[in-house]
Amino acid sequence: MDLLAQGAAPASVGNPLLNIGIFAVFVVVTLVVVFRASHTTGTASDYYAAGRSFTGPQNGIAISGDYLSAASFLGIAGAIAVNGYDGFLYSIGFLVAWLVALLLVAELLRNTGRYTMGDVLSFRMRQRPVRAAAATSTLVVSFFYLLAQMAGAGALIALLLKIPNSNTLGQGLVIAAVGILMITYVLVGGMKGTTWVQIIKAALLLVGSALITVWVLALFGFSLSALLGQAVSANPVLETAGGQPKQLGEKLLGPGLQYGATLTAKIDFISLSLALVLGTAGLPHILMRFYTVPSAKEARRSVVWAIWLIGIFYLFTLVLGYGAAALVPGGATTIANAPGRTNSAAPLLAFELGGEVLLGFISAVAFATILAVVAGLTITASASFAHDVYANVIKSGEVPPDAEVRVARITAVVIGVIAIAAGILARNQNIAFLVALAFAVAASANLPTILYSLFWKRFNTTGALWSIYGGLASCVLLIIFSPAVSGSPTAMVRDVDFHVFPLANPGLVSIPLSFLLGVVGTYVGGRQPVVEAKFAEMEVRSLTGAGSEKPIVH
Amino acid sequence: MADNDQPAEGPVPTVYQEVQRTPEFQELRRRLRSFVFPMSAAFLLWYLLYVLLASFAPAFMATKLWGNINIGLVIGLLQFVSTFAITTVYVRYANRRLDPSAERLRVMIEEGEA
Repeated sequence: MDLLAQGAAPASVGNPLLNIGIFAVFVVVTLVVVFRASHTTGTASDYYAAGRSFTGPQNGIAISGDYLSAASFLGIAGAIAVNGYDGFLYSIGFLVAWLVALLLVAELLRNTGRYTMGDVLSFRMRQRPVRAAAATSTLVVSFFYLLAQMAGAGALIALLLKIPNSNTLGQGLVIAAVGILMITYVLVGGMKGTTWVQIIKAALLLVGSALITVWVLALFGFSLSALLGQAVSANPVLETAGGQPKQLGEKLLGPGLQYGATLTAKIDFISLSLALVLGTAGLPHILMRFYTVPSAKEARRSVVWAIWLIGIFYLFTLVLGYGAAALVPGGATTIANAPGRTNSAAPLLAFELGGEVLLGFISAVAFATILAVVAGLTITASASFAHDVYANVIKSGEVPPDAEVRVARITAVVIGVIAIAAGILARNQNIAFLVALAFAVAASANLPTILYSLFWKRFNTTGALWSIYGGLASCVLLIIFSPAVSGSPTAMVRDVDFHVFPLANPGLVSIPLSFLLGVVGTYVGGRQPVVEAKFAEMEVRSLTGAGSEKPIVH
Repeated sequence: MADNDQPAEGPVPTVYQEVQRTPEFQELRRRLRSFVFPMSAAFLLWYLLYVLLASFAPAFMATKLWGNINIGLVIGLLQFVSTFAITTVYVRYANRRLDPSAERLRVMIEEGEA
């Protein structure tokens, strides 16, 4: 997740004009698609949920487009190239997490909600407080995730367009251009246009990485063992500019290079793993995708497609990462010292194999990835604000649907502008922990309430509020007082040390705490009588799909 | 927008309570829960075991099996295999044991409401 590593001098590979040219083709194609989708974005159901008109396979491809962010693509390949097996550990957590979504969340959520997590919670609880809480955690998760994506753009620009980090104006202009494009997609195309952007991007990403994977394996006679052997012998030691040389070699093949140093590091890794596996099914931009299909059965098919595509992609990253270590001249040392650091592994490997053209293609895919993920986050955050906060908390549900969509569009522009500003300001910050934080908040603030609300009859408003706000607050507080923010060589703030919590990842504490708070809160607020009829309606609807929203036929 | 999601409003459609009490619905709920709860516990424990092995038994994980392929890589790949397998098994189970019953109940409710 090392998306914001700072670049030194630009590497002498690739042709920036070609990289921009191929990306421009992607932009033109997607804009045409988005404008064609735009004549059906009038109603709230169109704007938020694409009229529920996507099929399971289409939505599954779009989910993998939403999920495989630049952190997955560039970050994991780079982590494997430099840290070997420990990079692979990440991808397994990201994949296994989908079983939570498949078995416990996707279908039941599709049947009980309309557009947002707030819909599901407010089904049988007091509407205004739970919607406000759900919207708060949605906005926090979306903002952290957004910030990490936009900040990562700086490292990518340095690497691919050869605009160094010192050139604030140049990088700022590129980030602004990416942000304005993203706003255009969301405003013009709504959920339908955004979904098509995800589908096109996912197809390009999967084709590109499949091509490199087969290419690398072919060079080693399709022997994974031979590839691993070359990665070992090409990388006896890792040398970075400021740090001690690190022994690699055989260590690349086993766990421990990144997380195995101390007991604290090991516990930190377990904490991270817990957040990854439980956070995915609580990510708001993923939850919202389940509403773009006509039925629970299609929601299930979406997740199945997503699991296969994401799983296959992570198998590719194994070859990409070790391939970069084995084939890039200078191996892990070159990669770790390139602009964009470990993120440069996949692009450098592409250049080594297919020269400027393949590098240009992979660069375009990387930009498309940031663009598409940011668009997905923006539409989710704007829906949560307009639908939960504006329409149901401020206006108590008495808003004409077109007014709600207007508010959503205005919110999308505001979020887009904030993303551009934050992307420019955070460019030189080490904010890699924000992605881990977004997963930890999703796992602590969102997942417990979703599960309790679907499966536990007694769960009530007090329990939901305790769990959401408790999970959110504990995550944010633990992060502020963690070594990710102060008191370590890679911290965000380096001059002062106010860290008191030993782990960089709060999940190990905040996730169990939030589950516990949901139970304690429910019993504290226990005098609220269980509304039998509402629980019956929710349970029957969640399992049968009766009364759930149908697709809109235009 | 056939339905309203605001708890405090409108008369309660008792059809949902009636359906909830039917043996067919009770059986549907039992089938869903008896599959997804144990399966979730199983894959989470299996994943936790993997994470703990990687953290606390790196030497075991680095044991070579053949060529440069070690136990860690094989167990890691087995996580992929188990994820794909659980996905496939669940889809078959849902198609056969859940969907027909859910569909019957849904039609019953929606025709009853109309």
